[in-house]
Amino acid sequence: MAYEVVMPQMGADMKEGTLIRWLKNEGDEVTRGEAIAEIETDKANIEIEAFEGGVFRKTLAQPGDVVAVGQTIAVIGAADEDISMYEAGKAPEPAMAGAARPAAAAAPAKEATPAVEAAPRGDGHVRASPVARRIAEEKGIDLSRVSGTGPEGRITREDVESFLQTRAAAPEKPEKPPESPREAAPVAMSRMRQAIARRMAQSKREAPHYYVTVVVEMTEAQRLRSQLNDTLGETAHVSVNDLLVKASAKALQRYPIFNTWFIDGEVRRQEAQNVCIAIALDEGLIAPAVLDCGHKSIVEIAQASRSLAERAKSGSLKPEEYSGGTFTVSNLGMYGIEELIAIIQPPQTAILGVGRVSPRPVARDGVVEVAEVMTLALSGDHRVTDGAQGAQFLAEIKRLLEAPVDLLV
Amino acid sequence: MAAYDVAISGGGPGGYVAAIRAAQLGLKTALIEKDRVGGVCLNWGCIPSKALLYNAELVRLFRRSQEFGISHNNLRVDFAAAIDRSRQVVDRMVSGVEFLLQKNKVDVISGTGTLKSRSEVAVEPEGRIVEAGNVIIASGGFSRVLPGVQVDGRTIITSREALELREVPESVAIVGGGPVGVEFAYMYAGYGAKVTIVEMLDHLLPLEDEDISRQLERSFRQQGIGYMTRTAVKELRVVDGKAQLAVSSDGRDQELTTDRALIAIGFGCNSDGLGLEAAGVATERGFVPVDDRMKTNVDGVYAIGDVTGKLMLAHVASDQGVIAVEGIAGLNPAKPDYVKMPRCTYCQPQVASCGLTEAQAREHGYQVKTGRFPFRANGKAMAGADTDGFVKFVAEADYGEVLGVHIVGPEATDLIAEAALALGMESTVADVSRTVHAHPTLSEAVKEAALAAEGKAIHFWAEPSRGEMT
Repeated sequence: MAYEVVMPQMGADMKEGTLIRWLKNEGDEVTRGEAIAEIETDKANIEIEAFEGGVFRKTLAQPGDVVAVGQTIAVIGAADEDISMYEAGKAPEPAMAGAARPAAAAAPAKEATPAVEAAPRGDGHVRASPVARRIAEEKGIDLSRVSGTGPEGRITREDVESFLQTRAAAPEKPEKPPESPREAAPVAMSRMRQAIARRMAQSKREAPHYYVTVVVEMTEAQRLRSQLNDTLGETAHVSVNDLLVKASAKALQRYPIFNTWFIDGEVRRQEAQNVCIAIALDEGLIAPAVLDCGHKSIVEIAQASRSLAERAKSGSLKPEEYSGGTFTVSNLGMYGIEELIAIIQPPQTAILGVGRVSPRPVARDGVVEVAEVMTLALSGDHRVTDGAQGAQFLAEIKRLLEAPVDLLV
Repeated sequence: MAAYDVAISGGGPGGYVAAIRAAQLGLKTALIEKDRVGGVCLNWGCIPSKALLYNAELVRLFRRSQEFGISHNNLRVDFAAAIDRSRQVVDRMVSGVEFLLQKNKVDVISGTGTLKSRSEVAVEPEGRIVEAGNVIIASGGFSRVLPGVQVDGRTIITSREALELREVPESVAIVGGGPVGVEFAYMYAGYGAKVTIVEMLDHLLPLEDEDISRQLERSFRQQGIGYMTRTAVKELRVVDGKAQLAVSSDGRDQELTTDRALIAIGFGCNSDGLGLEAAGVATERGFVPVDDRMKTNVDGVYAIGDVTGKLMLAHVASDQGVIAVEGIAGLNPAKPDYVKMPRCTYCQPQVASCGLTEAQAREHGYQVKTGRFPFRANGKAMAGADTDGFVKFVAEADYGEVLGVHIVGPEATDLIAEAALALGMESTVADVSRTVHAHPTLSEAVKEAALAAEGKAIHFWAEPSRGEMT
């Protein structure tokens, strides 16, 4: 049976790739795992490996071609196999399964799929999981057209769902080749970029920011974190950021004037402490909210923020997570930043900027000692609160982090 | 030309299973182990503790024998004999593994393996260098202790020492209410010790579904096993031969004094001194990150088991071992799904689960439906007078995909296998509920819980508003 080599998807947002060169000539023997082509994506140059050994029968793309993800670019098969269906120069429709999923380079199964045009097996037997069957039945999918990535090629729910996505996303093959992505052009602003530009400009224009900063000693907080993580193992990893979110939520409960929205000249108190955390995506930064942090334990916050990051990347956030935030924690500590002065996200009225935790000299009882410390900067909206209130609020966050047992209760 | 196709450093349930599978696939295989094969699991973990827990279970049954019309008037229990029996079980298991390795022609090399490069492992103390095309790190883990606390092996101990100490103290504090903590709590309580578990999080077995944790707490209260949750241990030291704990809960500090304190706060991994730097293998928080084929960042170097920090359980390590060698041999093993792997705790009632808890499923954004069935409505459980607990299904509402199964009750750890199959196959609750389960068996409770998720349980009456079932 002939195997098609398809343009793999390296990363969720990859739509197409450029063939740089073939590493094999038509007629060459290839072994499984051998590199056969080099492609370029917007992130890197990658070698494609053969998923099956055989004779490298035919190339369906030329170096320099920009090829859509999932489209067949070459055929590998036995020396005497009939591959006339490819001879017309017309590749079959894009391969389906795997193409729409973020493909790890380590999973060669996704780089070549069995010939799509293969007729369904005579006995009608397809390996598929029960859930995959139910979805296929409901959506009217012929499972013999889906290739499986589960054990022994079984079709999984993920396979069926990505088949559906591919079918929706790439119904037709484009007639004209897309423009080369290497051509210089004005930097196009994504919708997300445009939204960030609009909102941040609005914030700086309308909200008079004041800033207060404080240095927090993190020794106890780090100890608590490592004790929690020792107990939790891999199931939930508590980060410094999770502690910050919890501490902020507790401080917001005590100083609810910071848990407000400023809309149409009115200060509106918000019931739940929905603390936004910044998540970097390829298109830009978004800051969805961990909902109701006041009623979540640290571990629940850790699990929720991990889930939030995953779902932000897969684009499946709930509406209230996008727009229900009441306060924001923006942390650049992982980049080695000492101090971050952040811009308030309207209609919220305060934001906490977080620097890294690092050993620094501190004076204690007249003696200089080295301790793990972190600088926090609160940006407050002066229309709603004053610097003295900001100072009290920030001091409460500091207190909670320095005596973190209170975060557990 | 390398002397071996595969060299595996560490002979625990990850390493020895990987070695046998590698040999089956025709790979020339060396297994380097500093102690006896079987690792912590066989020698100092799963197996001996289960032998002791069975003893504790028997003691508990003897104490209840009046319920069954059986009387005795001179019950004597000998904990030292239980320890001896557990060691015999270990010896037999280890010999069995040695036999399998030998029959599969695996070269077992005695010593500590240290990477010299991506294809060379130095074995100390001999100084021999083992060359191999592929190296698998399977160095395992150890019981973590609280920072600043000294384990003296008699008054302050970990599970490792608990498996050898031959007497039962009058009172024991258990630091950590995870699986290891509750198992030793049950064991010591069975032999008459006054036990207090101190857990930092909200519940015993805090990683299990909350309903399960609450049921276990209820059962432990009935059995007289003490516990404190949301309680942090601030200090633990030996004073006049006793363990003294300073604990803090809800901002209130108090002291506990017990004859013994057992620390069971989880496992760390052995990643120091393996020569990871020499081979350029990256670590993260002490663990070795691996991909779905157990590859590290260095070509030809793999890692499996506790050192990968995934899910620190023996059967997970074994599965990772098989995946690693099948990948090396050019097969195409299915990628692991750690969430779906079963997790078991062997106190009574037993606890077992796989997949997502109800809270996790909601957190992942699923529309969730659940179904529960109590063992007190199950004939086999009643006949065995062991009716604490229930089975809980967590399923996705649209297609009924089984997302998680959680069991607390008799033989939960064996009943979970069906659930693991259901999850692995991406089954729906209907697949489970339509399967005929033999009567009378405990497994009927699994079927009925699946039926309950569809609102169709036969042998239980729940008010339409979903009444409390336990």
